[in-house]
Amino acid sequence: MRPLTDEETKTMFEKLSKYIGENIKLLIDRPDGTYCFRLHNDRVYYMSEKILKLATNISRDKLVSVGTCFGKFTKTLKFRLHITALDFLAPYAKFKVWVKPGSEQSFLYGNHVMKSGLGRITENTSQYQGVVVYSMSDVPLGFGVAAKTTQECRKVDPMSIVVFHQADIGEYIRSEDTLT
Amino acid sequence: MASCSIEDVLAKAERDEAEKLRSITVNKELDLEFDPGNLLAFDKNRIDTREFKDSKGEDFLRSLARDNTQLLINEIWKLPTEKVEEVIVAKLPDPTTPLPREKPAPKPKPPTKWEQFAKLKGIQKKKKNNMVWDEVHKEWKRRWGYKRANDDTKEWLIEVPQTADPNEDQFAKRNKAKKERVARNEYNRLKNIARAQKIKVPGTGLAPTAQQSKSELAQAVSIAKKSTASVGKFQENLPKEKTPRNTGKKRKFQPLIGDFSSEKQKQLDLLKIMDSKKPRLDITKAVNKQMREEDKESSQKSKKSFGKKGRKGNMSGKGKGKAGGKGKGPKGKGRKPQMKQGKR
Repeated sequence: MRPLTDEETKTMFEKLSKYIGENIKLLIDRPDGTYCFRLHNDRVYYMSEKILKLATNISRDKLVSVGTCFGKFTKTLKFRLHITALDFLAPYAKFKVWVKPGSEQSFLYGNHVMKSGLGRITENTSQYQGVVVYSMSDVPLGFGVAAKTTQECRKVDPMSIVVFHQADIGEYIRSEDTLT
Repeated sequence: MASCSIEDVLAKAERDEAEKLRSITVNKELDLEFDPGNLLAFDKNRIDTREFKDSKGEDFLRSLARDNTQLLINEIWKLPTEKVEEVIVAKLPDPTTPLPREKPAPKPKPPTKWEQFAKLKGIQKKKKNNMVWDEVHKEWKRRWGYKRANDDTKEWLIEVPQTADPNEDQFAKRNKAKKERVARNEYNRLKNIARAQKIKVPGTGLAPTAQQSKSELAQAVSIAKKSTASVGKFQENLPKEKTPRNTGKKRKFQPLIGDFSSEKQKQLDLLKIMDSKKPRLDITKAVNKQMREEDKESSQKSKKSFGKKGRKGNMSGKGKGKAGGKGKGPKGKGRKPQMKQGKR
C-alpha cells in the first residue's frame, strides 16, 4: 500500500470531477475525520486514517481490500471508476438522470439507457457529461455518460441512447469475483 | 535499686542476644534450595495470603525478604574464601540452575560457493596430512604455508618454454601469478562473507567479455557515461541517443502514514490548480447561447416586417386599420400565422 503520486492523484481527480465537479473538496476535507486515498495492487482505496493504521498490520500479499475501492489504474495508467465508488458519488453528483421503472431492469443488466426509459434529466447537461443514474424513487443505480444534451434529449426519437452505461449496482452480482 | 537495674540490664542483655541470634537464625518449614553460583535461593514455603492482606503487605514482604536474604548470606559464608587485593572474597562454585538463552540461537551460516558446488557434485572432504615428502630437499615439508613442499616461486632455475617471449622474466611471471591467485582468493572469501551477512556490495563495473549482446553493450555505455567526476550529469547525448530514465533505480514514494494535513493541503492545492486551468467561459455553451439569441432576434425582425406589410395593404382601405397592426382586421391577402418561437 502506498499513497498516490502527484500524477496519479491528478488523473483520478480529473475523472472524479467529471461526475461530482468541485465537490471533491468535500471528500478530501471532511469534518468527521481524516480520510485518505491509498494505492494497493493498482487499486485506489478510500479510507479513514484509523482503518489505515490498522491495515498496516497486515502484510501486502495477504491484504485484499481496505476501506472502499474507488477504482483502479490500468496498465497504461488510466483511471477506471468502479461501482463501489457510487456511495460517494451519489450524494455529490452534479448531473443526474432518473430512469423509468420499466427500464430500470434493463439498465441494471448493463444496457444503455434509451430515450423511452428516460424519466427526468437535470437541466443544462452537456454532451458526454458524467451523470449518476437514479431510479424514480431516488435510489442510485449507477453512473454513466450523457450521450445527448438535455435539449437534444427532448427532440430525439425514443429509440436512441441518451445515457451510456458505465457501472451499475447489478455488477455486484455479475462481477462479484473482480470487485474488491 | 541497683539489683533491679542489674537484673534489668541482664534481662536486656539476654533479650539482645536472642534478638541477634534471631536475626541470624531463621526458622523455615521447608529448607531453601540454594544455587550460590548464581546467588540464588529458592523458597518453596507456603505464603499465608491472610498475613499478606491483613497487616500491611509491605512489612510482611520486607520481613520475608530479610529472612531469605539472611539464609542466602549464611550459605555464602559457608563457601571457601580467598584474599584478593586485601579483600576477603568468597569463591563461588559453578552455577547449577540452567538459565535460558539471552540472545536468539545463531543462525546457520549460508554455504559458500565451494560448499554449494561440493554439495551439488557430491564431493566429500578428504582428510589430508599436513606434511608432504619433498623429493628435492629430501625432507618432510608442509603441504602449504611457510617453507612449503612444492613452491614454484622458490625455484632457482626455470626453463624458458619454446612459445614464450625470450625477454620475459619467468620468475616475475610466477610471482605475479601467485599474487593474482592470493588476491582472487581474498576477494572470493570477502564475497562469501558478504553473501552470508547479506551486505550489498557495489558493482565493480563490467568484466570484459568477448562477444557482447545488445543489452550488455547498452549497459556498458550507461556505466561509461556515469563514470565521470560528476557521475554523468554533464555528459551530452550523442546524436539520436535517448537519455534512459530509471536504470534500475527504485522509485521513491511518500511514506504510507505521512503528515495527513500536509497531504490534504497538497490535494486541495492540486484541485485549485485544476480549477484555474479550466476555462471559465464554456465555449460551446456560449456559442449555443449566442445562436439562440440570434434566432430570437431574427424571428422578431420577421414578425415586425410582416406586420408592416399588413398595414400597407390596409392603407387603401379604412384609416382605422393603421393602429391595428399585426394581422388583425380584415385583409385581402391570406393571413399567415404568426411565427412562434420553437420550443426549447
